Amino acid sequence: MSGNRAPLVEVIGLSRRYALPGGRNLQALDNVSLSVAPGEILGIVGESGCGKSTLARIVMALDRPTSGNVLLEGDDLFALSPRELARRRRNFQMIFQDPYGSLDPRMSVARIIAEPLRLLPERLSRAEKAKRVAAMLEDVGLRAEDGARFPHEFSGGQRQRIAIARALITRPKLVVADEATSALDLTVQAQILRLLRDLRARHGLTMLFISHNLGVIEEIADRVGVMQAGRLLEIGPTAAVMENPREEYTRRLLAAEPTLDFLEQPA
Amino acid sequence: MRAGMMRWLRDNKALAAGLVITVSIVVLALLSLFWVPMSPTKMNIAQKLKGPLENGFSSGLLGKDHFGRDIASMLMVGARYSLTVALASVAIGAMIGTALGVTAAARPGFTGAALGRLNDAIFALPPILSAIMLGALMGPGTTTAILAIGTFMIPVFARVTRGAAMQVRARDYILAARMAGEGEVTITLLHVIPNIASQIIVQVAIQLAMAILTEAGLSFLGLGTPPPAPSWGRMLADSQTYLLKAPHMALAPGLAIALAVLGFNLLGDGLSRLIDPRRRIER
Amino acid sequence: MSLLAVNNLTITFRNRRSTAETAVVKAVSFSLEAGETLGIVGESGSGKSMLSLAIMGLLPGDARLSGSIRLGGQEVVGASDRALDALRGREAGMIFQEPMTALNPAMTVGAQIAEGLCLRGGLSRADANAEALALMEQVRLPEARRRFASYPHEMSGGQRQRVGIAIALALKPRLLIADEPTTALDVTVQKDILDILDELVRERAMALILISHDLGVIARSAARTLVMYRGDMMEDGPTVQVLRQPQSDYTRQLIAALPRRSRRSLEGAAP
Repeated sequence: MSGNRAPLVEVIGLSRRYALPGGRNLQALDNVSLSVAPGEILGIVGESGCGKSTLARIVMALDRPTSGNVLLEGDDLFALSPRELARRRRNFQMIFQDPYGSLDPRMSVARIIAEPLRLLPERLSRAEKAKRVAAMLEDVGLRAEDGARFPHEFSGGQRQRIAIARALITRPKLVVADEATSALDLTVQAQILRLLRDLRARHGLTMLFISHNLGVIEEIADRVGVMQAGRLLEIGPTAAVMENPREEYTRRLLAAEPTLDFLEQPA
Repeated sequence: MRAGMMRWLRDNKALAAGLVITVSIVVLALLSLFWVPMSPTKMNIAQKLKGPLENGFSSGLLGKDHFGRDIASMLMVGARYSLTVALASVAIGAMIGTALGVTAAARPGFTGAALGRLNDAIFALPPILSAIMLGALMGPGTTTAILAIGTFMIPVFARVTRGAAMQVRARDYILAARMAGEGEVTITLLHVIPNIASQIIVQVAIQLAMAILTEAGLSFLGLGTPPPAPSWGRMLADSQTYLLKAPHMALAPGLAIALAVLGFNLLGDGLSRLIDPRRRIER
Repeated sequence: MSLLAVNNLTITFRNRRSTAETAVVKAVSFSLEAGETLGIVGESGSGKSMLSLAIMGLLPGDARLSGSIRLGGQEVVGASDRALDALRGREAGMIFQEPMTALNPAMTVGAQIAEGLCLRGGLSRADANAEALALMEQVRLPEARRRFASYPHEMSGGQRQRVGIAIALALKPRLLIADEPTTALDVTVQKDILDILDELVRERAMALILISHDLGVIARSAARTLVMYRGDMMEDGPTVQVLRQPQSDYTRQLIAALPRRSRRSLEGAAP
């Protein structure tokens, strides 16, 4: 999947240390390097505290690394001036875990989705904005009229659709999804995964998809990276990693995942 | 429709009671601009210290004071001063305090800590003390009372809004706003303040009660609105000498203060129950 | 006689804005024997947590119950607070999804486990402490002796959940209800906790109700499964049968929604 095209994102030697009270340090990220090709979905899997969310935040320039670089289309994000960085934000957007916390309860859905449109270089007319929001709402399987409603009128899955619409409205080149389906019911999770696959087929989405759930990663990712304690243990095509894990930790993770295999045992 | 209304009243007793009390006080205060039973400054020595309706309507609904002035009328006009001072000082406290609180929440580092210490310093000055100091500078009066109480309110609002703003700022929609390229000022105005507005409103109602009480205290000490304008606090002060001979002189302003404080507190309680997220989120 | 017999149980709440009532559990009946593990699976709003709270007599005051819940031969529906107090802990214990909120942050975990033994088990302080330590070892808390004096915030999520289990076990209940006990935990930790629960059922001949949104978790531990959807019981039967020959469309949907990885074995062997 990667191969000959130039990578869209390159993460080079990324480390992030947090100072804890008492003079101790937490090494949240330890020399992580990876790249994402255009049109690829890279899954990152790991347990809590493995650094996967820190990685997401740094790639989204919401936090700065202690050392290392993030290159987006060859440009170092952290060498850009704040103004230039703000200008580039239209190219990378994020979907969050908690669909109840990621939408401002006081804003109408249309306003929420339109929020990132301010990142576009051109000033859009009110009518143009409304048109794009309506089209986006339908793109994620909601109705254009839903824009006038407020977040609390929607279920968790519908809210996550709204969050996806917001992340895609500027037609970003890269979308980072941080546990985007973890707070959802199983059947809703399956719908959202279907939607993401569908949007990818239609718009050629490039994604960094972060999850603790191997099953979800397998459903959506072309390649997967396994993280533990801030380090990227292994990375490779999803099927290869799942079928033939190189690392002992990956094997443990795969074995711990509850599956219906237990049915094979006599009850 | 009617059943729904009765139900709302039953579920929001405190709010309903608070509304009735505060609206009545405001209406009486406003009415005093156009009409009072008798002039609140006109003395009538013949009627002095007369109890309520002691000489029929000529001694007034609530009786007369030691100069024979009509107490009911004085209460109505006094309410105007009480409410003006309370509203103005709470407005000062709410605006400056909220600005400080949301700024401190937006800048958790040095600025936030410095603002926190400044708050503590202001909070250490009780309004009576600052009123005495301000009074020495600019003489006692309505403005002095407003400034003294308003200053005291600043840290109260700063604390409440800072805590609430920090909670809002921990939500992911703030990160999403940052992803949309919004700066701290825009985030504060667009996302933080609307989401803490309800808590600010509740605090306003509770602090209005506090301000009315403090204003009464200041005018009791002679630091409030100067005579001849009637004020609840001074009426209470004047009544001390005649406590045994004319208890109605103390009871009337005392009850007025208690009722106003109770009204605004009920209003604040009721509002906070109404907007309690546990009650609001129903699906 | 069954350890637990739920018969035609309906739980309703009065709506706030109207006089209508919402049923969160509708005419549910099932029974459970000692030594049996029953899995209850369902998504949010399915009523699975309400059902477990009802068995413990822990429903909020504005809930209305009809039908019957017999626990150890005693009726729970309509029982007095005093009778419920006697049932809780001794007949049935409960562990919760988020052990951090279920534990008292200002008390050492050892003291929290010993508390029930002292107050309700009638043990002396010394005996209670010894028993608490034994419980901590039974739930395989590493370095139990040192952990005895730890506070909840000093422990990991998995360790806290073990403490939660130890507290629930203190009064030797005959039924343990675990409501999403591993949802907040990492998968490797989840496995350990489920192993401990399985072992307890075997060794103590306890009955376990395991509530989860995750069919994988249920399939792993429960021989029998009950599927709930919006208050209705969609399915009740041997887990293998529920997964292989689901009776309701909803169960089929639920299985189809599982990631491929988790349902692979099901597809291979399906008739």
